[in-house]
Amino acid sequence: MTRAVAVDQMFVTLNHALVAYVPAVWRPLASAVLGVVTVMVVFLTLFALTVLLERKGLGRMQNRYGPNRVGPWGILQPVADGIKAIIKEDVVPQSADHAVHFLAPVLIVVAAFLNYAVIPVGRGMALTDLNAGVLFFFAISSMVELGVFMAGWASRSKYSLFGAMRAIAQMISYEVPMLLAATATVMVAGTLSTTRIVEMQATYTGQIPHWFVLTPWGFTGFCLFMVAATAESNRSPFDLPEGESEIVAGYFIEYSGFKFALFFIGEYLGMMATSAMAITLFLGGWSAPLACLQWFPTWGWFFVKLVALLCGFIWMRGTLPRLRMDQLMNFSWKFLLPMTLVNLVATGLWRFLPVGWERWLICGALVVVPYALLGRSINWQGRKVAVRRYRYAE
Amino acid sequence: MTIGFLILAIVTMAGVVAAMSMRHLIHCVLALTLGFAGLAMLYLQLEAQFVGLTQLLVYVGGVAILAVFAIMTTHSSEPVARPGTSYWLGGCVVATAVFILLAHAIEKSGVGARTMPAAPVGGVKEIGVALMSGYILPLEIVGLLLTAALVGAVVVATGEGSGKR
Repeated sequence: MTRAVAVDQMFVTLNHALVAYVPAVWRPLASAVLGVVTVMVVFLTLFALTVLLERKGLGRMQNRYGPNRVGPWGILQPVADGIKAIIKEDVVPQSADHAVHFLAPVLIVVAAFLNYAVIPVGRGMALTDLNAGVLFFFAISSMVELGVFMAGWASRSKYSLFGAMRAIAQMISYEVPMLLAATATVMVAGTLSTTRIVEMQATYTGQIPHWFVLTPWGFTGFCLFMVAATAESNRSPFDLPEGESEIVAGYFIEYSGFKFALFFIGEYLGMMATSAMAITLFLGGWSAPLACLQWFPTWGWFFVKLVALLCGFIWMRGTLPRLRMDQLMNFSWKFLLPMTLVNLVATGLWRFLPVGWERWLICGALVVVPYALLGRSINWQGRKVAVRRYRYAE
Repeated sequence: MTIGFLILAIVTMAGVVAAMSMRHLIHCVLALTLGFAGLAMLYLQLEAQFVGLTQLLVYVGGVAILAVFAIMTTHSSEPVARPGTSYWLGGCVVATAVFILLAHAIEKSGVGARTMPAAPVGGVKEIGVALMSGYILPLEIVGLLLTAALVGAVVVATGEGSGKR
């Protein structure tokens, strides 16, 4: 067991060992810088791998190979992409607002990186343990909207302005269900600290962990959170802000070279950050899925879960077609929002009902019945939701 | 007074001053957002995490976005010509006079002689306990009001769905 603990804590130990070389006065600063640099390097590497995985995975889903020319099996493709982005000319439109045009991608990437400050990557491996960590996460995420607006407006292009308006409308609409879904966890955990929320889930009954996703309200909350997170990070099927068939590329249409790459990085970092938050809130953070699997390092479990969620995002992108704007808004306000409110009621009942099967029955019914009713009652432009029949394709 | 406080104060002041003096409406909103963010950082520097992060969430994520959206949908977002006023000298005199009068009144009133009370504890836990014990009724009323507004908006939106959109 001691060896497992040593492996688990090896990065913490390494951090302490490295910081010990610095004079005592500078130690807090050195520790902070080391942590920040590590987080940046790790998540940028993960970003590169995710892009490769996405291109390969989408290729397979669309019955083609995907990148396979740069390096063995195309694994050096992210490097080639990076070099291409750096050496490209940076074209700024003549009528653009230069200062705001420059600041927008910077703001988006900075906000995306700030999110990782409160994510516990492993046992005792969060950059900061804020008392209001969840609040911090959502406060920082809301800054991305401003960056999107700045990009769309400063480019002085119709397409980019349309894209920005779509993006902001979408992000505002989906921020509400996302926050309300996260509130359910905060209600039960009784704390806003991400570290404490994970610690509460890292206990076991027999082999089964106490993850919040394994309760009726937690499962609903997780699903709602992930749907809202997909929309927040402008991923397919909610990628209207950059719908290439309608507005070419949306709010970053007038960006080229490395600034475009910054938007790309920001989008993927945002997606990874919301996935990490979903893991923290519902999937037990760094805790092992079974009690007998605790020998595996906690940071390993965190990244296994993160990559699994990213694969889910890629799968969704390869499967689902893009929504229309009105469908998008209907879905958020008429389905997600009522569901999150119902889920909050179920969470409150779960908190105060005595432990037992009755609790499962009541809370489960309280979630499943509204789900069925709401799903059936949505009036998608007068069409009833039913199995679609293809006349000539079957 | 630490260096951190000085930097944050300068950033906040610069943002607010720029918000009042810039020509372009969008630039003003962005500068004001900088002021909001600087204020939030000042709260955080005073160890008031909850207040600071709420300031960031509500003002940067809510009010600024609302202002930006309102400008985008209503205004042509072109710079307006500066209103041709020639009374700036008179304005300066009046402003200075008001400042001197106020400063004199405040100085005489003995506010400066007051001792500062001990800084209240503004942690998340303390605020939560206070909200759920002493201020439970206002909290419940506000919660009910906001939920009713949310549900009402959805109901209104659902009603007009048939036929046109």
